[in-house]
Amino acid sequence: MSEQSDRIVVLAGGLAHERDVSLRSGRRVADALRQADFEVEQRDLDTHLVPGMQDDPPACVVPLLHGEDGEDGALQEVLALLGVPHVGSSAAACRLAFDKAVAKSVVASAGVSTPDALALPAETFRELGAASMMDALVEQLGLPLVVKPTRGGSALGVHVVRSREDLPSAMVGCFSYGPVALVERFVGGTEVAATVVEDESGPRALPVVEIRPDGGVYDYSARYTAGATEFVVPAPLSPAASEACAATALAAHQALGLRDLSRSDLIVAADGSVWFLEVNVSPGMTETSLVPLAVEAADATLGSVFGDLVRRAIDRKH
Amino acid sequence: MPSGDRPAESRPPAPDPAGRPAVRVGRETRLDTYVDRYAARTKGMSASEIRALFAVASRPEVVSLAGGMPNISGLPLDVVGAALHELVLDRGTVAMQYGPGQGDPTLRVQICEVMRREGIAAHPDDVVVTVGSQQAVDLVTRVFCDPGDVVLCEAPSYVGALGVFRAYECEVVHVEMDDDGLVPDALRQAIAVTRAAGKSIKYLYTIPNYHNPAGVTLSSARRTEILDICAEADLLILEDNPYGLLGFEAEPYRALRADEADRIVYLGSFSKTFAPGFRVGWALAPHAVREKLVLAQESATLCPPVFSQYAVSAYLATHDWQGQIKQFQETYRERRDAMLEALADQLPSQATWTRPEGGFYVWLTLPEGLDAKAMLPRAVTERVAYVPGTAFYADGFGSRCMRLSYCHPSPERIREGVRRLAAVIQAEMELRETFGAALPREPRGYEAPNPDLS
Repeated sequence: MSEQSDRIVVLAGGLAHERDVSLRSGRRVADALRQADFEVEQRDLDTHLVPGMQDDPPACVVPLLHGEDGEDGALQEVLALLGVPHVGSSAAACRLAFDKAVAKSVVASAGVSTPDALALPAETFRELGAASMMDALVEQLGLPLVVKPTRGGSALGVHVVRSREDLPSAMVGCFSYGPVALVERFVGGTEVAATVVEDESGPRALPVVEIRPDGGVYDYSARYTAGATEFVVPAPLSPAASEACAATALAAHQALGLRDLSRSDLIVAADGSVWFLEVNVSPGMTETSLVPLAVEAADATLGSVFGDLVRRAIDRKH
Repeated sequence: MPSGDRPAESRPPAPDPAGRPAVRVGRETRLDTYVDRYAARTKGMSASEIRALFAVASRPEVVSLAGGMPNISGLPLDVVGAALHELVLDRGTVAMQYGPGQGDPTLRVQICEVMRREGIAAHPDDVVVTVGSQQAVDLVTRVFCDPGDVVLCEAPSYVGALGVFRAYECEVVHVEMDDDGLVPDALRQAIAVTRAAGKSIKYLYTIPNYHNPAGVTLSSARRTEILDICAEADLLILEDNPYGLLGFEAEPYRALRADEADRIVYLGSFSKTFAPGFRVGWALAPHAVREKLVLAQESATLCPPVFSQYAVSAYLATHDWQGQIKQFQETYRERRDAMLEALADQLPSQATWTRPEGGFYVWLTLPEGLDAKAMLPRAVTERVAYVPGTAFYADGFGSRCMRLSYCHPSPERIREGVRRLAAVIQAEMELRETFGAALPREPRGYEAPNPDLS
């Protein structure tokens, strides 16, 4: 190809558990970019992808794959190999951020508070005896606990455990989604999401979104059933807490070396302290997702935000 | 509190220790302007983790044993194409026009010929054509059931019918089955217990042949007994029979309707014997019920799709449809054999499953302590999919069970799918051994795949 393509490829779908969410995110961002006058092709992840990009490289790729397919860094590695610019973090940063246990320790070493947690594979429980291990976990971390796969999103496989007897089925449910479980102390408080977007002046935090799921737990159903969760944006926090949320999200973004866009999921405890739970390098963009709410509250549109990110990616050529 | 978009006034912003003014008042939204306006019956219509996993099952990398799409690759497309071409050229202005609410008279005559194969002597005037037999379940329920009325269903039962009963706010009471189908004593008991509780049973919904999802068939001996029980209890039967002509062993079973005309609404379909895309099914009902079904049909759709009815009618008239059904039987028998052999070879001895004599489905019961729904993410990771058993119960039972369909994949893919499933079950058994048995889970609403999953 001698002509430089203007085509933007939005990648969505894949084979991860979050395929359905990814397709919805992809559709929304592709539409937003089309409305911003970009030439957009929405594509799934399959064996034709790499040959197609070799034959006819797009100007830029916007990965909206959620879960392992798009967030563990492998795809970013492939795009770098092909020399195709992409929106979002580098492969190395994705690898750090996608593993919740690794991300927590990196972010903690930057001075951010994150609830105590242990990451344990199923084999450890089998080899050392699950009952005594679970007793020890409860003893050390206290109840309630949160059990979640170290890799993955959309609250899939996530269980809030309020009593010791609920722990085994939570562990089994979690290990069905992935081989390693993060067992984390539950921090009660206001659940919020803080989005970080980069522009020429550097990373900045968008207005914080407060999440109030009807059932109290922001699980898969609460996330993707329109109406099942109430969002408030900007979150009605004190100015100090709002600033702390923004600072925490920026600190996480920078400590992990993230680029372009990220969303940190945080808890604001009753005493105003802010706790980092996890960060998403490819946050959901569906009709019920958090980042689009934050974008709107910042008086921007998805089309303008992603349009700028696409232009930045094309300019930096990777 | 109404919950469209509004400023967040219901809760004041948290005070700031430094006494600074709060940040600007936020916008409060549920991202659904209509959230407080839906009918009560939409309760439970929520996004489900399980349905999201089926999105992955549609990818070619995954062996889907979850779908129920008939395998229509053997249909003579040239014959169908020529018939449709002729239909448009010769009768296009009629075929694309509104038609009778009861359905095309010629097709209703042909439907009676189809039903004769199962021993039913019926008059075309008592047939109401519907948009698949699925719509017939809907119309019958609309005509009979008030909220709170009881429908007796097999345990497990067809997920599409359970969805209709839920939509009309019926209470479903499940009745036990075994390898010979519905258990007569269990039916007697369910009728007695339900009536003793002061509840009104509107009908027994039953799939006597090659049950979806259970894969079992009501034995000939039991058919008489079930009819006797319902006669004695003065109970209507809704006999749903989409698979009756797709048996592998012998002549079709005699329909319940063949021996009882007054107490049965019989439902049939061309979705499995021809093709589901036309959406043509029917109800055969006693005259008074039929009148109401026609009026209900006119309210629902004005008339069933005329073009589809003409297409089905032309197919029946111009093609050896019975020969085609024989070919379908062979297609499914080969796949059933592949699945049963693979299950016997691969699965641990603690698992059990049914051995269907026809139809599309095997019902598998996992070893003690395993939960098919909790295991589904692992299965999807290993590139195999099934439908967890809880989808086929209205009351949260069935967690140890799953429905496996053999209708669509090739025998090789079925063997590969079962091989993957066996590995998933093995890994889950090890996990259960480590952590102990499953706890019962909350029943949820919409957990079956879309109809277009292969």
